[in-house]
Amino acid sequence: MSTRSRLLICLAALCLLHLGVACAGFFAPYDPAAQDREHPYAPPMALHLVDARGGIHLRPFSYAQSLRAGSFDEYDENRARVIPMEFFVSGSPYRVLGLLPLRAHLFGGGDGGTLNLLGTDEYGRDLLSRILFGGQVSLLAGLIGAGLALSIGLCIGAAAGFLGGWRDEVLMRVAELFLALPWIYLLFSMRAFLPLAVPPLKAFLLIVVVLGAVGWARPARLVRGTVLSAKERDFVRAARGFGASGGYLLRRHILPETASVVLTQAATLVPQFVLAEMTLSFLGLGVPEPVPSWGNVLASLQHYNVLISYWWMYLPVLAMVPFFLGYLVLASLLQASGGPSKIEEVGSGV
Amino acid sequence: MIAAAICIGVFFVCPAKSFPAQANAGEEPLRVAGEVGKPGGRIVVALRAEPKTLNPLTAADGPSREVISAMQADLVHINRASQLTEPALAKSWKVSADGLQYTLTLRHGLKFSDGHPVDVEDVLFTFRVYLDEAVHATQRDLLIVGGKPIVVSRVDAETVKFTLAKPYGVGERLFDGLAILPRHLLGAAYKEGKLAQSGGLGTAAIQWAGLGAFRLKEYVAGQRLVLERNPYYWKTDEQDNRLPYLDEIVFLFVPSADAQVLRFESGETDIISRLGAENFSVLSRQARDYTMADAGPGLEYNFLFFNLNELGEKAPAEMAHKQSWFRSEKFRQAISLAIDREAMVRLALWGPVTPGNRRWANAAISYPGRSLAKSRRLLAEAGFRFVSGENGEQKLVDADGKAVEFSVITSSSNADRAKMAALIQEDLKQLGMRVQVVPLELRSLIDRVTQTKEYDACVLGIASFDADPNADLNVWLSSGGMHLWNPAQKQPATDWEAEIDRLMEQQLIATNTAQRKKLYDRVQDILTERQPMIFLASPDILVGAKKTIGNFHPAVLEPYVLWNVDQLYQRNGAENARR
Repeated sequence: MSTRSRLLICLAALCLLHLGVACAGFFAPYDPAAQDREHPYAPPMALHLVDARGGIHLRPFSYAQSLRAGSFDEYDENRARVIPMEFFVSGSPYRVLGLLPLRAHLFGGGDGGTLNLLGTDEYGRDLLSRILFGGQVSLLAGLIGAGLALSIGLCIGAAAGFLGGWRDEVLMRVAELFLALPWIYLLFSMRAFLPLAVPPLKAFLLIVVVLGAVGWARPARLVRGTVLSAKERDFVRAARGFGASGGYLLRRHILPETASVVLTQAATLVPQFVLAEMTLSFLGLGVPEPVPSWGNVLASLQHYNVLISYWWMYLPVLAMVPFFLGYLVLASLLQASGGPSKIEEVGSGV
Repeated sequence: MIAAAICIGVFFVCPAKSFPAQANAGEEPLRVAGEVGKPGGRIVVALRAEPKTLNPLTAADGPSREVISAMQADLVHINRASQLTEPALAKSWKVSADGLQYTLTLRHGLKFSDGHPVDVEDVLFTFRVYLDEAVHATQRDLLIVGGKPIVVSRVDAETVKFTLAKPYGVGERLFDGLAILPRHLLGAAYKEGKLAQSGGLGTAAIQWAGLGAFRLKEYVAGQRLVLERNPYYWKTDEQDNRLPYLDEIVFLFVPSADAQVLRFESGETDIISRLGAENFSVLSRQARDYTMADAGPGLEYNFLFFNLNELGEKAPAEMAHKQSWFRSEKFRQAISLAIDREAMVRLALWGPVTPGNRRWANAAISYPGRSLAKSRRLLAEAGFRFVSGENGEQKLVDADGKAVEFSVITSSSNADRAKMAALIQEDLKQLGMRVQVVPLELRSLIDRVTQTKEYDACVLGIASFDADPNADLNVWLSSGGMHLWNPAQKQPATDWEAEIDRLMEQQLIATNTAQRKKLYDRVQDILTERQPMIFLASPDILVGAKKTIGNFHPAVLEPYVLWNVDQLYQRNGAENARR
């Protein structure tokens, strides 16, 4: 399989995953903040096709769970109460991509029962719904943060490489300074200046801005290197000889050379920034509860009893694996497909 | 240099010679009943925060009080297990027929932990300090009876007389928790007016000695505080061995409850108290070499309160606006009605939970049930309206059309309270209120509530040290430092606060218990009606200790496990000291 087709497969898989998270409202059966106080720490419900009496059902179903008498976290399966899995049900309201209001959900529990396929957390909130909705916050923070860091990095890197001289020196020393900044403490200190209670949107923007503002240095250095080598290439010199202006050279000949670097960087930065957002939310500095993000969904693992008693609380970690894997494979494929050949291809076009 | 700055060791002066393990002929030690233990060894206990001070005059936080209780002693003590008074530094006391005079006789041969003898002058000095307004002692409110301070006078070298303006309802319980201070060490600081600042752990080393079972050995900021055995302690066991048995208590500062559990489970700490129900259940299920105990319903009460302080003109307009809601009684009542306490008990405390203070609770006050309909009605009466929000959800706005949004601060180290706050958040969402929960480190939370007053609402708990209502006098009196919603008022801000002041003062001087109960019932009625504190639920006292700890008898009064620290011992004695 050629690199190109592998690249396409990888991109398609990533797009599907992102689409799933973008349409979390549809795939998630419940409102991620809705508490079901009768079912705290309920384990994942198994889906069956064959019932206890050996009867075969076409529609998957689960048995209802109820708290064991005298216990606060142990459940018994109630074989007498069957909850069928129903598809395309109407449930809690949500907005697709924050715009289109809808109530349709892919599936839900029939007969008034709830289906918690991945179990519930300490307030009886559906974990599957929280993972899906949490992905929206975490991935969006990663994507916007990476976009911001790359834009700043591209501008500064290109300026430094193209202008050279003392301006290059100054810009690169500043970049090094930013590389050396302990961003997590920077965020702590920024958090201290903000009012006590930060609304979710503001907290989200704060994270994104900090990620972008701190993360530009590495792409800037890489872009600068590419620009430095590109501006000495023959076709660029020839264009300059024909009287092309600096802006034209940058736009038409030099920046396209950086495309592969920028794309590879994007593919590595997104998972890095998603991880950064998770770290912040895990520490309680990210989006505030009850808005889920992958970080604060995992935050309950800080509690010792959760850590050792409820294995399903680790599931959000598994949900992230395909995303991270996708991005890392994408980065290596981009690196393999980019590089010298890409430059030759662009170069021969001139 | 940095290391020196971080590690401020505070050492107390103590003579090198050791004091006999058996009592001297001239002494009158108090012989206490109980299992005879082995001397030696040490116990390691985790504190959820660093104590703010070792000064009993200013200590208000739990960790400070816990450490101080092991270092200081009072004239008459309330036994935390039996909840009855027993002689302590005073070997006996007499009450005059009219209840106005208490004559206390000091134990003979008492010595401070630095070896300095104790005399009546120390007692006189102590009460002069407690009563001095300039010192701002937290115990001062308890010593004002009928509006007049208690008069303390010397009878002879070992007898002291307390004269009250009116008979005192609690009787000799009054003396519990009033540590006797060393005049020889503190006299100068008091004269200079620096007493309140001394005893702080972060400041320069100050010599301080106490009469408790232990004295300070070492303090390493951010890590630990080590107490060593007070060789001059005035109690002995049934075989006349001088108590305490332990050589050392090490308090480790472990801010998170989970880290405390881990340390306990790994054997690093010997005792764990203030356990959350979930962790208690985990530890009980896998009980290895430790004993877990449910001491029963405690006196800790958790509550939600709003910032009702007079903020002055400098306060931001938004805060003033929010206060206009908080000041509305109907608003507070509506919130109380909206809270699902049943769920709190089940999800946060893993109930069942019964009222802790049966003796004093007002039985006429019914259990606060949940009623969103009533709650909505009250809000409408208070001028609030429900409008439709962006997603079609209900939104509560005030008369000016401003959405009702506020934040609730809570201690990040207390998982139960954090959960309660999260449940309140969801409960109030159903009333269209947007509540944000902000977990804060306990010390910065207390600072916000009592000093800077920059907060909207707070979920907090108070653990009384005695079942008697007087233990919480500084919570209910408007002048009290723990009158959390509006502390240390010069004049009562509202009529009902004035009435509570009056009732609390009346019950203070009523000698008849039935009459006191009636007055205190009325206080509870007012609190229920006005809801300055919206009471939530009270947990059981859940504790644990290694099986090697002898005399482990947890009580429901603070300090739950360390109340008999002078009798605790390590069954494997000195071999433990090598750990």
